[in-house]
Amino acid sequence: MHDTGKVLLGLAVFAGVVTGPVWYGLGHGRGAPPELAKPVEGTRCVEPTPIMRAQHMEILNRWRDAVVRRGETVYVAGDGQRYRISLTGTCLRCHVEPAKFCIKCHEYAGVQAFCWDCHQEKRRVVTAARGGMGGQP
Amino acid sequence: MRRRSFLKIAGLSLAGAGGLPVVKALVPGERTEPGPAALRGKRWAMVVDQRKCNAKPGCQVCIEACHRAHNVPAVKDPRHEVKWLWKEHLENVFPERVTPYLPAEVKARPTMVLCNHCDDPPCVRVCPTEATWRRPDGIVMMDEHRCIGCRYCITGCPYGARSFNFEDPRLSLRGDPTDYPTRTKGVVEKCTFCTERLAEGRPPACVEACQAIDVGALVFGDAADPGSAVSALLRGNDLARRKPSLGTSPHVFYIL
Repeated sequence: MHDTGKVLLGLAVFAGVVTGPVWYGLGHGRGAPPELAKPVEGTRCVEPTPIMRAQHMEILNRWRDAVVRRGETVYVAGDGQRYRISLTGTCLRCHVEPAKFCIKCHEYAGVQAFCWDCHQEKRRVVTAARGGMGGQP
Repeated sequence: MRRRSFLKIAGLSLAGAGGLPVVKALVPGERTEPGPAALRGKRWAMVVDQRKCNAKPGCQVCIEACHRAHNVPAVKDPRHEVKWLWKEHLENVFPERVTPYLPAEVKARPTMVLCNHCDDPPCVRVCPTEATWRRPDGIVMMDEHRCIGCRYCITGCPYGARSFNFEDPRLSLRGDPTDYPTRTKGVVEKCTFCTERLAEGRPPACVEACQAIDVGALVFGDAADPGSAVSALLRGNDLARRKPSLGTSPHVFYIL
């Protein structure tokens, strides 16, 4: 055991390289989670916030499969409430600006979501005649 | 480990794996259902009464309604054109009906064409990702999320009913887009018999538009329901289908 110094130095360099991105992020003011825009309509999401935070991507994937593959357009939430399955028509009614909510958080988390390549980012007003259950995906 | 305890653990693991689907079913997002007003059919079909359509030359109402509703881009370059519903010369729609004596004006007569929603669709057979598939109600549907843009389906379709997005469709939208999702560069699209409208109890956009101007050349309905308007037309007319010898069994019928 004559190389303790070299080993420790090597370990220090390794740890530095591996955790580098973290220090870089902290140094550029990206340490704290971003401030997200508050939803405008409604007081609650389709599911409780912790579930949405952790599983929104899975819920959205199931929504996609339900509408596109099976033609099912109604989501029955955990509390029994029914919602129209629609990214633009339902999600964006409250989260009016994806740039200040979805995109902002994904940027912070380093996740690339390409929903907006196709789905409209513009908030849509659902007309009374068609009710909350009409509209498009 | 003893043989006995190994078998016990193996058995319990298997039982656990069997329970996984049950647990998954309870996860939020799994419960979905059709909309309350959704139209259900056993076999959706369309009849194009070309005589009524011919009576209104130059009419583009159905095409515009469809392309507006689905944000189909108006691409200028004809090689990159995207279309769900359009007019084609009669001689190209029904080549097997052309005789050497057919007058030129009949040959050139504009005829409505769209996806035929075949019983045995070649596009579905060749799609490597199941991005296009045949629904139990007969509609040949597209899942743009899954399309990888290989264009086998375009090659497979004998009717040229499919278009590829060679460029970003958002660059050539027709005015303010509706909330129907646009597509991206690199995916294939086509007529879906307006599944999004059927799901909320409305007929396809082209049919509605044609009825709204009192032409009624496009009739849509359930061919398996003897009481439907489409069934009555199917029974009471000498109908044509495109390229019937291919065996695809198109479900867009023509009264010529």
